[in-house]
Amino acid sequence: MASKALRILFDPLFNNNPIALQILGICSALAVTTMLSTSATMCIAVIFVITCSNGAVSLIRHHIPGSIRIIVQMTIIASLVIIVDQFIKAYAYDISKQLSVFVGLIITNCIVMGRAEVYAMKNGVGASLLDGLGNGLGYSLILLVVGTVRELTGSGSLFGRQVMTLATEGGWYVPNGLMLLPPSAFFIIGLFIWVLRTWKSEQVEEEG
Amino acid sequence: MAPNESAGRTLGVALGVCLVCSLLVSAAAVSLRPRQMRNMLLDRRTNVVRAAGLMHPDRSIEEQYERIRARVVDLATGEYVDVDPADFDQRSAARDPDRSVTIPGDRDVADIRRRAQQATVYLVEEDGRVDRIVFPVHGLGLWSVMYGFVALDASDLNTIRGLVFYEHGETPGLGGEIDNPRWQAQWEGKKVFGPEGDLRISVVKGPVDPEREGAEYRVDGLSGATLTSRGVERMLHYWLSENGFGEYIDRIRQRGV
Repeated sequence: MASKALRILFDPLFNNNPIALQILGICSALAVTTMLSTSATMCIAVIFVITCSNGAVSLIRHHIPGSIRIIVQMTIIASLVIIVDQFIKAYAYDISKQLSVFVGLIITNCIVMGRAEVYAMKNGVGASLLDGLGNGLGYSLILLVVGTVRELTGSGSLFGRQVMTLATEGGWYVPNGLMLLPPSAFFIIGLFIWVLRTWKSEQVEEEG
Repeated sequence: MAPNESAGRTLGVALGVCLVCSLLVSAAAVSLRPRQMRNMLLDRRTNVVRAAGLMHPDRSIEEQYERIRARVVDLATGEYVDVDPADFDQRSAARDPDRSVTIPGDRDVADIRRRAQQATVYLVEEDGRVDRIVFPVHGLGLWSVMYGFVALDASDLNTIRGLVFYEHGETPGLGGEIDNPRWQAQWEGKKVFGPEGDLRISVVKGPVDPEREGAEYRVDGLSGATLTSRGVERMLHYWLSENGFGEYIDRIRQRGV
C-alpha cells in the first residue's frame, strides 16, 4: 500500500511527467519562467489548485451526473484559481503583478482538468490527493528547471540575486537575450525531454 | 436511467456545487480585499517616492511619502481642482467619456487616443517649499502602454530630476531595460525645453557626448529597443506639451506652486 502511494506521488516526476511525457501545460511553462521567483509562485499555485481540485472532484465523484461533469470540474477548478489569485494579490503583490493573467490561466491548464477527469473521477479521495500533488510536483520540476536556466543565462541571477556579474555592470557575463524570450523555454523543455528519454528509453514513442 | 442522470438530480448537484464555490470565492475576495487595497496604495506610493528620488534605505515608504502632497489638476486650465486625490483614479477617468477627452490624431504623439481631463500631480517638499513636481505620464511603447512618472525641478520646471516606470510590457532585456536604474539615472539633470520654450528632450542612438552642443537635451537610447526609446521620447513630448501638463506648467511659472 505504501509503495503504491509512493508510486502515485512520484511517477509524475520522471516516469509520467505531465509536461515532458504528456506535453500538457506548455503555455504557462513558457510564460512565467523568465525568473525563478515567478516560476516558484506559479508552482505553488498549481500544486494547490490541482491537489484540491482532485480531492474535491473525487469526494463528490459518485454524485456528479455524467452530462455536466466537465462543467462541475471547471467550476471547482475556477473557484480554486480565483482563491489562489486573491491570496497572491494580498500576500505577494509584486509577484502577482509579474504573473498578471497567468494565475487566472491555471483554469485552462490541461493538467488540472486532465487529472480531474482521468483520475479523480475514478479513484478515492486519498489517492486522488496524492495524484494531484504528484502531478503538481511534476509540473513544478520542469518549471523550476526552465526557470533556473533562463534566469541564470538570461539575467545572470537566481531568485533576483546576482550570481554572475553582467558585462554592463562591469563584470564578465554577457547575458543571452534569447533566454528571456518565450521560445527559449521550448529549447530547454526539448533538451529536458531528450535527456529524460535517453535515461528512460521506454518513453520513446515508436516511429511510423 | 442511472439515478445521477435525472433532471432534478443534475440541477441539484449543479446548484450545490455553485453555492459552495461561490461562498468560498466571495469569502476569500471579501476577507483579502483590505490587504490588497493596502498593497495597491503602497505600490503607487512607492513609485511616486522612487520618481521623487526619495528612496531611503532606513526610512519606510510611508515616512518618505509624508513629504509629498498630491493634488488634482485640470489639464485644460492648469488650475488645481477640489478633488480628493485619494478618490481620483486617472486611468478609470480616461475611460469614462464624461471625464476624458479624445486626443485628435495629429496631436496624439504618445498614441494613447484618450486622456482624462484631470491628472494628479505630486508636490515634493523640502525645507518647507516645493522642490520637485512629479507628473504621471504614459504612452505606447513597442508592445503596450508604458506607465511611469517624471519629476521636474520646481524652480525652473525644465530640469528632469527623475524618470521611472511602474508598468509596461516591453521585451525583457531589450526595451524592458527602461526599468534599469542606470539608464534611468542618465535622465537626471537633462533639460526638457529649449530657450524658446520648445520641446527639445530627445532619446538618441549611441552615447551622448557631454561636450557637444545640446547634450543636455539628449539621452542615450536603449540598444536593440528603438521603438521603446522612441515611445519614451514621444510620451514625454505629449505630456509636457500644451496637450498635457503645459497649461499647468505655464501657470506655475507665472504664479508659483
